[in-house]
Amino acid sequence: MKNPRVLFWFIIVFSIAALLIDLPSNFHLSLESPNLPLINKKIAIHKSISPPNINFFIAGIHIEKSFYYQRGLDLEGGTSITLKADTSKIPPGSRQDALAGAKAIIEKRINLFGVSQPTVQRAEVNGQARIIVDLPGISNLNEAVSLIGSTAQLSFWEEGATGSARIASSSALPQGLSEVLGSNPVKTNLTGKDLEASSVTFDQNTGKPQVSLVFTPQGAQKFAEITKRNVNKRVAIVLDNRLLEAPVVNQTITGGNAVITGGFTTETAKALSIQLNAGALPVPLSILKEHAIGPTLGASSLVKSLFAGGLAILTIIIFMSFIYGRLGILASCALLIYTLFVLAIFKFIPVTLTLAGIAGFILSIGMAVDANILIFERTKEELRRGRRKDMAIELGFSRAWTSIRDSNVSSIITSFILYKFGTGIVRGFALTLAIGVLVSMFSAIVITRTFLRLTYKASDH
Amino acid sequence: MDIIGKKYLYFAISLTVIIPGLLSLIFFGLNLSIDFAGGSRITLLFPQNVNQKMVDQAKNIIEGQKLKTVSIEPLVKEMIIRTSVIDTSQNSLLMDALRSRLGKFKEEDYETIGPIIGSETTKNALTAVLIASVFIVVYIAWAFREIPKPASSFRFGICAIAALLHDVLVVTGIFSILGHFFAVEVDSLFFTAILTVIGFSVHDTIVVFDRIRENLKRMGAGRPFSAIVNDSILQTLDRSLNTSLTVLLVLFALLLFGGESTKWFVTALIIGVVSGTYSSIFNASPLLVVWQEFVDRKNKD
Repeated sequence: MKNPRVLFWFIIVFSIAALLIDLPSNFHLSLESPNLPLINKKIAIHKSISPPNINFFIAGIHIEKSFYYQRGLDLEGGTSITLKADTSKIPPGSRQDALAGAKAIIEKRINLFGVSQPTVQRAEVNGQARIIVDLPGISNLNEAVSLIGSTAQLSFWEEGATGSARIASSSALPQGLSEVLGSNPVKTNLTGKDLEASSVTFDQNTGKPQVSLVFTPQGAQKFAEITKRNVNKRVAIVLDNRLLEAPVVNQTITGGNAVITGGFTTETAKALSIQLNAGALPVPLSILKEHAIGPTLGASSLVKSLFAGGLAILTIIIFMSFIYGRLGILASCALLIYTLFVLAIFKFIPVTLTLAGIAGFILSIGMAVDANILIFERTKEELRRGRRKDMAIELGFSRAWTSIRDSNVSSIITSFILYKFGTGIVRGFALTLAIGVLVSMFSAIVITRTFLRLTYKASDH
Repeated sequence: MDIIGKKYLYFAISLTVIIPGLLSLIFFGLNLSIDFAGGSRITLLFPQNVNQKMVDQAKNIIEGQKLKTVSIEPLVKEMIIRTSVIDTSQNSLLMDALRSRLGKFKEEDYETIGPIIGSETTKNALTAVLIASVFIVVYIAWAFREIPKPASSFRFGICAIAALLHDVLVVTGIFSILGHFFAVEVDSLFFTAILTVIGFSVHDTIVVFDRIRENLKRMGAGRPFSAIVNDSILQTLDRSLNTSLTVLLVLFALLLFGGESTKWFVTALIIGVVSGTYSSIFNASPLLVVWQEFVDRKNKD
């Protein structure tokens, strides 16, 4: 594409597309002209614009894309929990399945709890399996941890034959079980897997919350057999080695329904019901790291970093225009387009924006400016040697290219390695830096050059 | 201007900045935050300004619950509490106790990092920087492979890394001193600053090296190596200063208007950018000359 005019229009079209993507959702455009004398009317434009949502079919493939900024928890507020999965008791062959299962169950629990846009990721660090849960908007850690962390293994126990030898040592038994079921409690074959559904209900007499269980047909049969065996005896309901309750069975229950009334509050009943509905975790999890960020802190960090980014761009524009005059103003236009492009890419991928990520972006703005400065200094040198303006600009570009290329390639290598080996914030930083550097090379070589060619063609001929 | 002629003076200036920092690093180390050392950090937001009396009360309550406090720092309306690792239930007990004595506040931020994660973050961070350095040497050696003899592209790579090391030492050294005397912490934001400085430093050095490469090709063996390097530094001086000035202007704007939480992050960047500009002009290229002259002398003997 040798013709700069064609290229110029391409850049303008892409910039407008990028601008549309960058717009916040439901952006209200409101323009009103003063009373026009000829037609004696006001011309007013009121329009609400949202970034376009792509939603169509090509050759039977459904393409759907909506654009939004994915904000990290440090800008949004919320809770992040890093859990270690203890896979030591699981045979190596089925570890991956168990982890995938654990992840699916955590996701299910969170969805039932009603958190918007949660992310649950699996990670492997130094051979250790981990699950990282991010819950935007939830800053009550207690609730989140109790919901996610417990394995929720439900079991039913009955009295064993009295007088016979002990099968298990009492330390391996759930706490308090031998007090209610005698010295030799036995675990029945009824577990959480036999549940069809559970819900929170309220006791009709006391009004206290309780958890209602509905068994599957097989579960109902097992439950009927257990209750038949144990009329006038106790059956214990145990969750994760913790005794919930041990009611006395009055008669055989065949309907497949049961109720747990283990001294719940509405919250604990709801949490248990969610856990039972989602199923039990196949691996025990323990907490390595937890972080809760209040919503006001997140919002103020976001405002500050947006302000910082805007300030950075403004400072650069003033400074560049001041030292390089007309060239600087052109470079500033290129810089604004550069910003539009990078922000559009952040939305498109989408890149999760964090404080460190924004730092990476601001650094890349610095590098984008550097490319322009390199080109301008080279152009000035050529001008001093007495070249014509348009020649000097072309030479300036080609001479500056090798240093722009090498310095930016080394930045890309650095960010790639940081992304590969780093964790958490380092990765966010590396990703935005890499995107920023790539776009900055394009911006300096294509956008600035096209602008300069057009201006000098227009003025010098 | 003869920069190469005064190279030992410039090396000496660098050393006077680096040596105190290095000594501080050896004797005092870095004031590591929980990101690296493990522990818990709680930020409370009060409706009124936090005073010393509230800090003392908070300290008593925390220690009354048999938790180890590392520090309690008042920051206008915020109180930042650092303790040994506490879990969620301990945290909520502590919050109840604090509320009963200190009145209303919001728990803005609560972070607990187990010691495993802490040491792992440190290890990963160092590995990443080391590997990145090796790759940068390899890339520079490759990109400068067509450089005319007797210069060697491998030496360019090593000198770029020497300048990088210089900048990292300057920043961490100064932060070690700040940490010891002013309790400034080294957290993951500081590590991001170091990464940024590394990126900037190599970027800046390569621009000067690129000019040396170009001039070597054009002028060839006609001029002594040291003169070519000196020319190249002078030719890129405008660009180096303008770029650094732009970045520094942005950083000072951020320091003035960017708020309390990024204050030390921006400070680290400012120190790093100044050091990076200095090292690419006064250290990296003069070092090339020293090395070249050393090799030439050895070949003569």
